[in-house]
Amino acid sequence: MDGIPILSFITYAPAVGAVIIFFWPGATPRAARWIALVSSLVSLALSIAMLLSFDTSLPSMQVSGKPQFSEIHSWLPAVGVSYRLGVDGISAVLIVLTTLLSVISIVASWDPIQKRVREYMIAMLLLETGMLGVFVSLDLFLFYIFWELMLIPMALLIGIWGSANRVYAAVKFFLYTLAGSLLMLVGIVATYQAYFNETGIHTLNVLELAKGHYSHEFQMWVFAAFFISFAIKVPMWPFHTWLPDAHVEAPTAGSVILAGVLLKMGGYGLLRFNLPLFPEAARSWQPYIVVLSVIAILYGAIVALVQPDLKKLIAYSSVSHMGFVTLGIFAFNAQGLEGAMIVMISHGLVTGALFLIVGMIYNRGHTRLISRFGGLATNMPIYASFFGFFMFASIGFPGLSGFAGEFLAILGALQVYRWAGVIALIIVILSAWYMMWMFQRVAWERAPGEPPDANDPVLRTPIPDLPEERLKPVMGGSGDEHFIDPRTFPDINWKEILMLTPLAILTLWIGVYPATFLDFVKPALQAILMPFGGSGF
Amino acid sequence: MADWLFLIPLVPLLAAVINYIFGRWWLKSLSSWIAILAVGFSFILSVVTFLDIRSGGGIITQHLYTWIPAGNFVVPVTLEVDQLVALMLLIVTGVSLLVHIYSVGYMHGDPGFYRFFAYLPFFVFCMLMLVLANNYLLLFVFWEGVGLCSYLLIGFWYRRRSAAQAAKKAFIVNRIGDLGFTLAIMLIFIHFGTLQYADIFSHIDTASGHTLTIIALLLFAGAVGKSAQIPLFVWLPDAMEGPTPVSALIHAATMVTAGVFMVARSYPIFEASASAMEIVAIVGATTAVVAATIGITQYDIKKVIAYSTVSQLGYMVFALGVGAWVPAIFHLFTHAFFKGLLFLGAGSVIHGMHDEQDMRGMGNLKKYMPVTYWTFLAGSLANAGLFPLAGFWSKDETIVSAWAEGHPFVAIAGLVAAFGTALYMLRVVYLTFHGTERFDPTKVHPHDPPWSMKAPLILLAIPSVIAGMLVGWPPDKGWIHDFLGPVFAQGKAPVEVATSTTVIFAIISTLVVLAGIGVAYFAYVGGRISPRQWAKRLGPAYQLSFDKWYFDDVYEKLIIHPLYLFSVFMWRVVDVEIIDGTVNGVATAVSYTSERWRRAQTGLVSNYALAIGLGTVIIIGAFLVFGSSLFP
Repeated sequence: MDGIPILSFITYAPAVGAVIIFFWPGATPRAARWIALVSSLVSLALSIAMLLSFDTSLPSMQVSGKPQFSEIHSWLPAVGVSYRLGVDGISAVLIVLTTLLSVISIVASWDPIQKRVREYMIAMLLLETGMLGVFVSLDLFLFYIFWELMLIPMALLIGIWGSANRVYAAVKFFLYTLAGSLLMLVGIVATYQAYFNETGIHTLNVLELAKGHYSHEFQMWVFAAFFISFAIKVPMWPFHTWLPDAHVEAPTAGSVILAGVLLKMGGYGLLRFNLPLFPEAARSWQPYIVVLSVIAILYGAIVALVQPDLKKLIAYSSVSHMGFVTLGIFAFNAQGLEGAMIVMISHGLVTGALFLIVGMIYNRGHTRLISRFGGLATNMPIYASFFGFFMFASIGFPGLSGFAGEFLAILGALQVYRWAGVIALIIVILSAWYMMWMFQRVAWERAPGEPPDANDPVLRTPIPDLPEERLKPVMGGSGDEHFIDPRTFPDINWKEILMLTPLAILTLWIGVYPATFLDFVKPALQAILMPFGGSGF
Repeated sequence: MADWLFLIPLVPLLAAVINYIFGRWWLKSLSSWIAILAVGFSFILSVVTFLDIRSGGGIITQHLYTWIPAGNFVVPVTLEVDQLVALMLLIVTGVSLLVHIYSVGYMHGDPGFYRFFAYLPFFVFCMLMLVLANNYLLLFVFWEGVGLCSYLLIGFWYRRRSAAQAAKKAFIVNRIGDLGFTLAIMLIFIHFGTLQYADIFSHIDTASGHTLTIIALLLFAGAVGKSAQIPLFVWLPDAMEGPTPVSALIHAATMVTAGVFMVARSYPIFEASASAMEIVAIVGATTAVVAATIGITQYDIKKVIAYSTVSQLGYMVFALGVGAWVPAIFHLFTHAFFKGLLFLGAGSVIHGMHDEQDMRGMGNLKKYMPVTYWTFLAGSLANAGLFPLAGFWSKDETIVSAWAEGHPFVAIAGLVAAFGTALYMLRVVYLTFHGTERFDPTKVHPHDPPWSMKAPLILLAIPSVIAGMLVGWPPDKGWIHDFLGPVFAQGKAPVEVATSTTVIFAIISTLVVLAGIGVAYFAYVGGRISPRQWAKRLGPAYQLSFDKWYFDDVYEKLIIHPLYLFSVFMWRVVDVEIIDGTVNGVATAVSYTSERWRRAQTGLVSNYALAIGLGTVIIIGAFLVFGSSLFP
């Protein structure tokens, strides 16, 4: 594929779609949807082609200095800014996750979004371009542009197409991430300057900057600037409070992208910038970050135990799962890093799917309150099967994608800090607890208000209230005034099955045969680990 | 031979997948045949494998692929059969096949019929892989897999809240044990650099005694969860919410013995730690006694048998704890038959009584269902350990070994539990099948089940009677010792038991069992002992037994409720008030300040924009101030 700027094609294909929708005044909602779908499908197809022709036998770009599918054009030579694209295994895999989830998100928005469809699709496509740009950029200036580009459409998706309290959530999301990215900007400028002071060369090339020798004190500060920015994205405790609000208010597709891709930006940033650029600082910060990760893992799960809102429950579980990403990364060994990578991908697939699953019953019942559902396995058996599948994937059931990731992340941590691994392991109990509680209330048992069943000896009595019902009044803004009986919900249709099936297949695939995927990331992780002694490979 | 080893688990898996996908709309009742054929196929292959091993074929291995290659952490998917596994294969596929056949009649007409026959072969797949695995992580995968099947099958009638709660409870309680198991696996990897049994056991002396004790205890924590030992046994009685064939297969004959199997598999680790062994023995003996006492006072026929299972698992565990590996597996072997039989018999009673499970509403069923009665009686006496039925041989071996290995208290506990076993088993028999009808025979018409259900009862009754004699004669030197000997060859040789000791214990335990039977007879048939008066006389002791030693209540009050309150506190106070409150406070403060500075400008967005601008200036300014000193 030499000579074809495939990364640019992948990145801008959605943007081209957005431009067409924007400049074609006669575009009907239907046309806008189709254009969005086709352009994101083009991007998906190209990214799969890219992944298939990715050479896993080559050493990583950090070692060889030669990224695969590299594109370099001079841009602002005076200040050392260039248009520099390239991928290693980590970004290649994340790109495919992004393009896949984008297509699914567009399909998921097909029927539910009826208001301002053109603008919605434009926002979705620009968001996709922004996300892909972040993963392909190797120039910090370019990276920062894409990083900010992705922020605006996401805030709009929440603020315009969200539910009742959407503006609050959108502004909170925007400000939170903006605060982070400003810190990162400071970090970029500082690194740029420091590298210039050392070598006399103006450059923003990440691979070049990683070769600099920065003083320990400088590393500590700039590491912190980058880290806070990424920690907000992950989100790490205690920077996580924007996430539950953003998830609850965002439309389904927004939640899928948010959980599936945007949160991965944090982990990706840590792997791409913090560790290679400032390894000394990373070592010094390690104990603090491990403590925060362990807190996040348990805290997210404990808070998730009592959530009455489906989306909030999954949002807090995300905080918990993403704790494994930072825990694994900051173990600085092969198991930890590979675990963190698997968790990132797995969380993208599984939590994305769970948000789709929640969205499907939200579309039918117009509420996200767990207590309003019940017994869906009876009238929605296919739905319940998918729900159960992804529930088990989420609680780290071996043979599905999450297990290998969380197991390896903990194994990595255990070798560095025995206590961290042991405490983090408590998650195996808590995660099962909150997920099964949710599944039981939504898919099992009986619908609220369902009359007793005379034919079954156990179901002759009406349904008593659980203590959790007391939490009901504190829920606000879900618009659940019109109660729709869940027994009337039709099972999911072929379009919905089509959205979930690829996610289920990938979840199973990574769980049963993670080697396919680990082969891609191994050289890159190996290179990242070199300054840390590269233990374990 | 090795080439088709993978077919043993694979074929039931295929049946499960086919039934789950196509069962609801196309296959319907045909799904049961697919499942039966698949499990039957596995059974035949298992018999062939067993014969191959028995004729001295040595260990059979088949490598399939490498599951996780993460640095030096490599986990292969490799199947391995030695004598122990060959025996387990026979038990699992044999009992599974009978339970499958039985279920066709039992589940007839259930709307979830196809689902049942998808879950059941899936369980068989997981259980077979569990025993076939050659390393700890693969074992753990299917350890969780059987837990998943257990969850799905306990919650099979998911519309009942009690079933849904029981399923969740079973899974979560098991996960508490799994926490230890997972940690053990990680520690094994850290210390030995591998997870394959053979590699670990051949380097067992490279780890310190302290490490081995920790690993052994953590492994045992997993076994305590899966094999329902104190303090984690509380899930098993609740698991009776599942359909009765499930109780027979999963919660009696196979899955719950996985813990025993795992500990036996890890015997070199356990033998290296005397203190760990001591704890195993104590836990097992305590469980055997406590569960037996609870069994005496319960009225639900399935609950009694469930507590009996817990108690019998206690026997196996204390046998492991005293280093009597072969007797433990021997008891596992015989127990699979008579406990499977008892559950299927109970299922047949429940079936005949139209979903009645309370023994107070039964009586004199002997007259209506003779086949069920006689097979159930055989199972009960085998469970009670009456000479010469199967349970006698294996139970006696566990008690004698405990004595011979220098654990007299464990042996006495075994005898006490044996008395309890005889008492509660015969109590069930008398309450259910003897006496007078305590139901209205004009409304309920108990009857023996159809042949598809009767045949498995009879086929299980035969080994329940004779299996102990066949493989266990002469005591402590029987065929099963010769067969399993090579598996446990690495450990220290079992203590030679004098014939006189064996005979004395055989006599004592027979007397104890007869005493138990006698008490039950006088209480429920002869009428010389009044159970009601004794309950009053025993007072708190009776209440303790009736309320299951208050384990559930203590957990509810000490763990679940406080955790719930703590979660609410973490969410409503820490998360919403403190963390989010701080964030919002900062935003409010900034926008309030800007409001005062730029009164002309109103509107949320412009205020925030100003806040952003201000923040930028402050941050960059701060950076410039500090920056100059940072890099000269």
